[in-house]
Amino acid sequence: MSLAGTVALVDYGAGNLRSVENALREVGAAVIVTHDPEAVRRADRVVVPGQGAMPACADAMRRSGVEAALREAIGRGAPVLGICVGLQILFEDGEEAGGSRGLGILRGTIRRLPAGVKLPHIGWSPVRGRGALHPLFAPLDGQYVYFAHSYAAPAEAPETQLLAEHGRPYCAGLVRENLFAVQFHPEKSQRVGLGFLRRFVEV
Amino acid sequence: MPAKRIIPCLDVKAGRVVKGVHFQNLRDAGDPVEAAARYDAQGADEITYLDIAATLEDRGTLLDLVTRTAARVFAPLTVGGGVRSEADFVALLHAGADKVSVNSSAVKEPALVDRLSAVAGAQALVVAVDVKRRPRAAGAAQEWEVYVAGGSRATGREGLEWIREVADRGAGEILLTSMDRDGTRAGYDLELLERVAGLVTVPVIASGGVGTLAHLAEGLRFADAALAASIFHDGQHTIPEARAYLRERGIEVRP
Repeated sequence: MSLAGTVALVDYGAGNLRSVENALREVGAAVIVTHDPEAVRRADRVVVPGQGAMPACADAMRRSGVEAALREAIGRGAPVLGICVGLQILFEDGEEAGGSRGLGILRGTIRRLPAGVKLPHIGWSPVRGRGALHPLFAPLDGQYVYFAHSYAAPAEAPETQLLAEHGRPYCAGLVRENLFAVQFHPEKSQRVGLGFLRRFVEV
Repeated sequence: MPAKRIIPCLDVKAGRVVKGVHFQNLRDAGDPVEAAARYDAQGADEITYLDIAATLEDRGTLLDLVTRTAARVFAPLTVGGGVRSEADFVALLHAGADKVSVNSSAVKEPALVDRLSAVAGAQALVVAVDVKRRPRAAGAAQEWEVYVAGGSRATGREGLEWIREVADRGAGEILLTSMDRDGTRAGYDLELLERVAGLVTVPVIASGGVGTLAHLAEGLRFADAALAASIFHDGQHTIPEARAYLRERGIEVRP
């Protein structure tokens, strides 16, 4: 059975999943909150939200079998969106909690933002575009969006299209074909964020 | 650095706003959801609910309130009051709070801060600290004492030491309230803000005493965010007015 027009919102840990669900519904998506790999396989779109710390999230994804379903979704061309830790776990490894292995879908290491600035980075910071921007990201160039994190992906990642700066420049948004990910919280970024999610569910 | 934040704070009790919010054409001045939605529409950088009674009977009411708010408000939401355990903390996050603040229970059991910080990351945990100035001995540095139970009970703890401790234990932010200034509209305790901002590397939210827009600007010289209640609730100023005022004074705020 195909679930036409659905977004699978992957539930894999502690944290505020409800806000992502609410925001997706607000922009017209039919959302299924799930940790069932089969539901992820059947969905038209997949959203991997940010919940908790990278090591626990990556482990939960592996154990539940959602990792395999997510790879399949990416492979078959379904639009996939990672948010916050959902961006971080796409990379190979991370420094959080003494080191952890990510899903390794993208190359690079998630590193702690440098000392000398307030950490966590909490609040509204501007993002700027790099190169030719995907239509999903283009309207975000120069906009303030809401961040809440201490770790970030490298600005040099080849997929990076949006940069933010806190102590150093880092990847705030990336795209590789049908795979999208953002370090900020679109579900908490008011009109700017809802506009982004609307474009994602229509992509 | 991110933009400085302006945070309207709603004190709630049994699911209702304690002091009515006076917006034009607001249908229900006592409904926190209506007020939060208005502030969201005005572009508030964040919204905070503090459950000032925080009775066990009202836990369900608070969760329901957070659930209804998260369905309509797409700005960060911080909720505090009566959080005593991981279960309380997680229940609020699952209902739709982005950050949860703890106060008295952390003083009672400091290790709770470590545990809550590990649940969903430091960025989801705010430690609220209420302090009052101690009489200053000649030649000695000013000290502040930590109060709990809504500012009603002195603990004997030294404020700056406690703040440093909770930051070390994993607080993601400090919500710092001056009991001397709270409700006075005389402005933040700037000496306190300056000391705390120099002490910890986590963001500091200033609270207690805002009566004018100038007070917001003063507080944001040291703090990362300014919490205020009555100047917004009374209809004295709107969020866009506050933002324009701060921008004119060279403070980075959102457009």
